Amino acid sequence: MNNSEINASKEPGSILEVGEYKGLLSWLSSVDHKQIGIMYFTTSLIFFLAGASLAMVMRTQLIKPNHHWLSPETYNQIFTMHGTTMIFLAIMPMLTAFMVYFTPLMIGARDVSFPRMNALSYWLYLMGGLLIYFSFFTGDTLHMGWSAYPPLTSVNYSMDLYFVGTGVDYWIVGLLLTGAGTIMTAINILVTVADLRVPDMKLARLPLFVWMSSINAILMLLALPALNAALVMLFLDRHLNALFFNPAAGGNPLLWEHSFWFFGHPEVYILILPGFGIVSEVIPVFSRKVIFGYSFMAVATVAIGFLSFGVWAHHMLATGMSFSIYYVFAFSTALIAVPTGIKVFNWIATMWGGSISFDTAMLFCVAFILQFTIGGLSGVAFATVPIDWDLTQSYFVVAHFHYTLLGGTLFTVMAGFYYWYPKITGRMLSEKLGKIQFWLMVIGFNGAFFILHFAGLAGMTRRVYTYPDLPHLATINLISSLFAYVLGLGILIFFANLVISLFKGKPAGDNPWGGWTLEWATSSPPPPHNFDRIPPVRSIRPLWDLERSQMAPGAAAPPSRGGESS
Amino acid sequence: MNKTRLAMLLFVASEAVFFIVLILAYVLYHATSPSAADASRYLDIPKTAVFTACLLLSSFTMRQAAVFLRTGRRKPALAWLLATVALGAVFLAGQGAEYVSLIGKGMTVSRDLFGTTFFTLTGFHGLHVFIGLIMLGTLFGLELKGGAACPAEAVECVSIYWHFVDAVWMIIFPLVYLWVLR
Ligand code: HEM
Repeated sequence: MNNSEINASKEPGSILEVGEYKGLLSWLSSVDHKQIGIMYFTTSLIFFLAGASLAMVMRTQLIKPNHHWLSPETYNQIFTMHGTTMIFLAIMPMLTAFMVYFTPLMIGARDVSFPRMNALSYWLYLMGGLLIYFSFFTGDTLHMGWSAYPPLTSVNYSMDLYFVGTGVDYWIVGLLLTGAGTIMTAINILVTVADLRVPDMKLARLPLFVWMSSINAILMLLALPALNAALVMLFLDRHLNALFFNPAAGGNPLLWEHSFWFFGHPEVYILILPGFGIVSEVIPVFSRKVIFGYSFMAVATVAIGFLSFGVWAHHMLATGMSFSIYYVFAFSTALIAVPTGIKVFNWIATMWGGSISFDTAMLFCVAFILQFTIGGLSGVAFATVPIDWDLTQSYFVVAHFHYTLLGGTLFTVMAGFYYWYPKITGRMLSEKLGKIQFWLMVIGFNGAFFILHFAGLAGMTRRVYTYPDLPHLATINLISSLFAYVLGLGILIFFANLVISLFKGKPAGDNPWGGWTLEWATSSPPPPHNFDRIPPVRSIRPLWDLERSQMAPGAAAPPSRGGESS
Repeated sequence: MNKTRLAMLLFVASEAVFFIVLILAYVLYHATSPSAADASRYLDIPKTAVFTACLLLSSFTMRQAAVFLRTGRRKPALAWLLATVALGAVFLAGQGAEYVSLIGKGMTVSRDLFGTTFFTLTGFHGLHVFIGLIMLGTLFGLELKGGAACPAEAVECVSIYWHFVDAVWMIIFPLVYLWVLR
């Protein structure tokens, strides 16, 4: 009773009090992009927790040489599930959650263009994810690594050994479902951005997060069908005895590798571009400066998008292709570092001379820049073909992609959570827990993974359940595992923070960080219809303009882009 | 641009990549596997050429239907729609007949790489034709009911999709049926 009185007079201060969002049915039947976004967040966080737990099990198995705690088969299943979960069920949907929740808000729209299709995307993702996990209960899940190379995945191979690999079938169908959902989301985002921007939001005034999400959507749209085609071929091989990947009949497993990586490399940019977008929103706000080189950022994103379709074979440099092909892919791989480098410089230039406040969101961005640069450098090293020959399939690779995916994407996602959680829920995340989490994660992550570069150089092979007691390996792995637990603790604190702050967090108010993009112009949480009133958009920072015009009525001058502003 | 139309164009772009991968798989094995080259003995080229003409024609009838629907002339539009459905169905029946005769001659998905790639590629194309027929049938039903039941964008979307499906076949036909003539 009390509540409804307050509601009548005042906007709800927390997501828990929004009348429209009460009751299970309101969620199950929702087509509101904010509710669907929250469902994406929640589901992907749960999958993330599962993936991280599997990682802890792996690190425990690897804590000492010749360790026989897990059997080789179990270990195979765990790292495959870890990779599949993290990539398809945790990180990618988490980024999708940000895209679905914030794209309409940032362009001043009421919802996405096709709200019902949006709901369908979510449910396809959930069902696909559950199907993949269901394979655990069939007594036999995945053994083949997240890239599922045939002949490891062919029926013959799995039959000849000690198991009948139905897990692969669940994997195929699950990925087809989530993939269909992802393609729908991509269409939805692109049409929304094309169609529903507030009238004066020209493309050159689009927030960078929306820019990068749109390019990301294009990548999803054009990369996932290649995966789907490959999955379909594999499925036919397994169930109708088709011969696509069967070398005995002249088929060629390399066809899988080409199709898979034609999807797979754009995929790794799909896993980072919205993260770049988050960082490009957070850094300017916490430096109190306009983003440096806005149009360069947008153009660099487009360039990354294009180039990402031209580098796939660098995942296959060890398969013995001709030298001209090596040149092309080595060159394109080195080339893609250029637009990425531009971004890093722009973020640094944005911070340069700004009055930076190191809130947790900003801390995660700074750590991201450093860690992602390390991951990028070890990546470019691979573009040199002989280095790749030496290090591929070693722990150097594991270290490299955790620097980009965990130290990169996951850190941007964390920044995104600390920045936008107040908008989504109406409550602030605890900064105190945030700082603890941040330091645990930075220390744990770098401690666990930097040293793995050396494990790779020392010859430790990935995807093997244990390792011989060669010089250094025991020490390196012990250190790595211990730091991994620290990282795991940091992740647990994050989850605790999410839950505690939902009930006990400080009320956020509309615009706790002094943000400049449209989502901060509405209440926190936004009402189901998003906006009561949308401020005019005359630059990339509409709220900043608004503030100016209110301070000095009539004297509102649009800020010069790229210059000093605070 | 109209939002449904844009969505359909994006969807078609995505589907195009899907077909490109399947087509490349066909090309790869046709060029590298010796058995694929004797496939000409199995395919019925003249008959399929006729069915191909049907499909091509259906693109034209679809266009006519769309034009009449746009100008609100229901009767001729319905006739052209019906013609499109009929032509599409004839094509599909023709493909079915081809499958039956191929399987009768022992050519299956699992026989050799030609079978594998041929049935996958044409099968997925056939599936798309089938889905197109369902969409056309729905349009026809809505239009028959009359009134404002059938929004203009729906017509446009279905025709974009239908032209796409035709275009894919116009690549598959020369590749599969005419390449073997060499
Ligand atoms: C929570 C902390 C994490 C730890 C301790 C961890 C640990 C590991 C380890 C030790 C491996 C190598 C397994 C092997 O080759 O034998 C691995 C593989 C992998 N990890 Fe993580 N990881 C973590 C988080 C992540 C995240 C956030 C991602 C993001 C997308 C990720 C993606 C992958 C992938 C794709 C593989 C390859 C799986 C395969 O070989 O098929 N991991 N992880």
